Amino acid sequence: MPEGQRARPQPTPETMHFWEGTKAGELRLQRCNSCRKVYFPPRPFCPHCASREVSVFRASGKGRLYSYVIHHRPVPGFTPPYAIAVVELDEGPRMMTNIVDCPETPEALQLDMPLEVAFEKMDDEITLPLFRPAKG
Amino acid sequence: MKPKSIAIVGAAETTELGRIPNLSQIGLHADAALNAMKDAGIGPKDIDGVATAGETPVTIAHYLGITPKWVDGTAVGGCSFMIHVRHAAAALESGLCKTVLITHGESGRSGIARSRPAVSPGSLAGQFELPYGPMGPPTLFTIPVLRYMKTYGITEEELATVSVVQREWAAKNPRATFKDPITVEDVLNSRMIAYPFRLLMCCLVTDGGGALILTTSDRAKDFPTKPVYLLGTGESVETPMVSQMEDFTSSRAFRVAGAKAFDEAGITHRDVDHLMIYDAFAHLPIYGLEDLGFCKKGEAAAFIGERNTAPGGRLPLNTNGGGLSYMHSGMYGMYALQESVRQMRGVAPAQVPGAKLSVCHGVGGMFAASGTIIMTNEA
Repeated sequence: MPEGQRARPQPTPETMHFWEGTKAGELRLQRCNSCRKVYFPPRPFCPHCASREVSVFRASGKGRLYSYVIHHRPVPGFTPPYAIAVVELDEGPRMMTNIVDCPETPEALQLDMPLEVAFEKMDDEITLPLFRPAKG
Repeated sequence: MKPKSIAIVGAAETTELGRIPNLSQIGLHADAALNAMKDAGIGPKDIDGVATAGETPVTIAHYLGITPKWVDGTAVGGCSFMIHVRHAAAALESGLCKTVLITHGESGRSGIARSRPAVSPGSLAGQFELPYGPMGPPTLFTIPVLRYMKTYGITEEELATVSVVQREWAAKNPRATFKDPITVEDVLNSRMIAYPFRLLMCCLVTDGGGALILTTSDRAKDFPTKPVYLLGTGESVETPMVSQMEDFTSSRAFRVAGAKAFDEAGITHRDVDHLMIYDAFAHLPIYGLEDLGFCKKGEAAAFIGERNTAPGGRLPLNTNGGGLSYMHSGMYGMYALQESVRQMRGVAPAQVPGAKLSVCHGVGGMFAASGTIIMTNEA
């Protein structure tokens, strides 16, 4: 087991829907009702057209490995070497994450490999959206 | 800014670079400022504008005994000093003040009274990046690079070549921290930090500082130094989260700042005799060469590999050895500016013969911000 605990996110009023979603096993994104663009990270208005008319929706949880590094030094909550990755979601936005159920090696971590969300409970309030190689 | 209306009339680094156990962060600011004032032949009572990052302008003005009529505390990372130069030029041109001091000091290695802003766990980076285990620039600045490498077919050997070429420049500089020649094999055999980045692809961590003094060009003749004129300036910002960059193969902030500076200067790339691109990591000169328009997309690594930026090449780049070999306190932009000034004064250790025009390009944060300054020694 790695020593210590990873940095804990602190939800804010503008991001609460995201963390309530992961707790319920849903990856939630936002879409602008005016220009229809999907965006992340959460905010109560559209970063493309500034409309305040936006909706929260459940994303597919699918994406592809967009880029990463494999960190070789110790960080609380992690056992090096471990990958710090960016996934590009099928809906468009990118997000930082970690990859699970996969060797953390350059050979195993091929860019553009399909990924799917794997929720990991941190505590009663926070569940993190990690990603694993897509099945099938 | 009207080209050549503003001049740099004082420039200096701290007396020592590297490991400076007898000075705290503010002491490094002051040591550099005193050296720059001596260079310009003036004292604190002659200065009426202060810009700085790391410390606040309040702290620096009070510590040095300056009564400013204009201050700028823009703090967007290592390119803050390029942006200070740009803002100072605007302030001087519009008469807000007459003589500006810009200071930097950072106890990067010794860590004496170093200010390191913490990321709030409720900020967007605190919620959507920090939980995934990044630890500072080596794990964040490097995140886009595998995507760049796959897009353009760039190899780890080509990335390593950036460090090798810059060490050649450092070998010519007595003040450089690392001067011994290295090979691509040395780089690829050095300790893995964050794949694909190895130790010798990452910048140094040292103590130091630097300061600049600017005034209007009509007053430059009153100073003992050879004036270095500002020809064009640019600045921009993109995102505080590297994961949210629009394009992992290109920095929007680089493109915007660079294009604005070139446009203002009214120059073409062929006019450039000397180039500085802030190199916290080996990929930055590659992104910089492309985003500033010196190379087409995907061609900068080959451009460096073909020795165009090496000693004797047609576009001398990072002639002090850069953040990879010269020094890197944390906010390196000031040292890139200092080298451009030395080149324009004709006093650099690895002087580019006859150089008349220097482009100095900085980055702040992890592709978060950018500033570009174009200088000339021709009035």
